[in-house]
This record gives sequence, structure tokens and C-alpha cells, in this order.
Amino acid sequence: MSEVHAALAATGHEHHPRLQHHFDSLEQQLYASTFGMWVFLVTEVLFFGGLFMAYILYRIWYHDAFVAASAHLDIWLGAFNTAVLIGSSLTMAYAVNAAQRGAKAKEQVLWLVGTMILGSVFLGVKVIEYADKFTHNLVPGANFHPADPALQTLPGGQIYYSLYFALTGLHATHMIVGIAILAVITWMAWKGRFDATWFTPVEIMGLYWHFVDLVWIFLFPLLYLIGGSHLSGGAH
Amino acid sequence: MSSTGHVIGNRFTYFLVFMALMVGTIITVLAARVDLGWLNLPLAMAIATTKAMLVILFFMHLKDHPKLIKVTFAAAFFFFMILVAHTLSDYLTRPTMGMPQFPASGLVSGS
Repeated sequence: MSEVHAALAATGHEHHPRLQHHFDSLEQQLYASTFGMWVFLVTEVLFFGGLFMAYILYRIWYHDAFVAASAHLDIWLGAFNTAVLIGSSLTMAYAVNAAQRGAKAKEQVLWLVGTMILGSVFLGVKVIEYADKFTHNLVPGANFHPADPALQTLPGGQIYYSLYFALTGLHATHMIVGIAILAVITWMAWKGRFDATWFTPVEIMGLYWHFVDLVWIFLFPLLYLIGGSHLSGGAH
Repeated sequence: MSSTGHVIGNRFTYFLVFMALMVGTIITVLAARVDLGWLNLPLAMAIATTKAMLVILFFMHLKDHPKLIKVTFAAAFFFFMILVAHTLSDYLTRPTMGMPQFPASGLVSGS
């Protein structure tokens, strides 16, 4: 390895401390990392895809129960959370941008912390929504005792709530993992690890975070906004 | 722009994309409150897909990425469509084939 270093030194190439030896250049290294992350996101599409497939089929079979069950979700909390998550995507894009420009550590940290705060707000609202389902006995299982007569008679209500908890739960798990990794990256940014020549972790983290936002963009209309004019009744 | 497509995005563009996503969210809520019959679902999915494309192309920079990454990500949706098409072509054609339907079996009664 020292020979490689000697060879590089001989050719006058400054060896970047972040460049791993199996890559020719930092650019190639970043491309490999980015491509790897996109391949991971492909597996994530199919991971969520199975649940979306179940949702599609059961929604066709139990349409009326899905409409009745969906009416017990708070559209405004869902819309608020959508806005919060879109906002966190903006702060994440700014964090990546700050790292790419080689902005001061303080600016990078600011956007990263902002993203974590918005992510936490999203999860906080999710806690309120989940607690409401437990209070109203709308959690599938032995304690599923809906007060809504439609849900007592229509088959498929529990399937809707099973999919609701599975889809939003898997999504929330991704958020929790994302915030944990963001904490590590924020610490790295605070230490001044990222500049215009090397910012791979922030870039990769950005892709992950935007993907999680992407999943929610589909979950919001599919879970909260079923049933047309039924919604304006404000049933809760 | 480099050959590997790592351009530094424009911050004003990000803000415009953010505003477009917010407007899309408001439109999808308003559209859902009007009863359009069977059109509600395709409309909601069209808005969601448009929002998703904005996130993928601008926030995730896919518009600036090389073809390899574009094709890779497109493959995910291609295989998801295979999953949906094959599953539905089985389950939804069972009545016409004279085969038993799952909801009618009584396994999931009572909800």
C-alpha cells in the first residue's frame, strides 16, 4: 500500500484521506455509493410493494368497510403530517446542498437538526393517532369493538386497520431509523467531516429520507382519503 | 455537471418544488372531498404520482443521474406492476372461472 502512496506521490496526486484504495477517484467512489443506495431503494419499493398489493386487493374486496374504517382517521392530522414530512424533505435537500457547497459546519448542522425535529414532529402526531385508535377500540384483534354500526356489520374493517398499522408502522420504523442515522451524520457534520470534496453520507442519507417521504405521499391519500363526499361529513 | 451526475442543486428550485408539493397536498385533500365516483381514486393516484415524480426528479436528483440509475429505479416499479398485474389477474377473474372467492368463504366474517 505504501508503494501505491509512493506512486501517487510520484505522479503528483494528492491522496484524499476519504478516497478508498479500490476507487480511482472520489467521483467514482461517490457514484458507486449513490448507485448502491438506489439499488437498496429498489428493494425498499418491493418491500413496501407487498403491503401495497395487499391493500389494493382488499380494498377491491372490502370497499365499503374500507370507506367506513377510513372515516375514523383524522384527515387534518394526516394532511398536517404530510406537510411536515414535505418540509423535512426541503430541510434535508438544503442539508445535502450545504455539504456539497462545503458550507460551514454550523449551517450543515442547522439543516440536519431541522430535519430531525420535523421527523420527530411527524412521529409525535403518529403517536396521537395511534393512541386514538386504542382509545376507540379500533385496533385489530381481541379488543376490536368499534362503536360505529357500519364497522360492526361490514366484513373487512379489521383488515383495513391491520393494513393501516402495518403500512404506517413500517413507515414510522423507517422514520425512526432515519432519525437515528441523521443523529450520527449531524455529529459528523459538527466535527467538520464534510466539505465540497467529500459528502457521501449526507448525500446517501438524503436519498433515504426523500424515499420515506415518497412512501407517505402515497399512504396519505390511500389511507385517509377514501370515500369521496363521505369525507365532508367529518365523521370521527 | 459531471459524468456521474452530481450537480449541486439550486436552492430556489428546491423551494419551488416544496411549494408545488404543498399545493399538491391541498389539491388532493380538496379533490377527495368532492364525490367523483370511481374517478376519485385515479385522480388521487395521479396527484400522488406527480408529487412523487417531483421528489424523485428534483430532491433525489434523478433527472441529473446517469441512465444506469434511472433504469435501475424504473425496474422497481416495473416489477411492482408485475406483482399487481399477476395477483389481480388471478383473484379478480376467479368468479368468471367458477372458482371460490375468498370473501365468500366465511373465513373473515364479523370483522
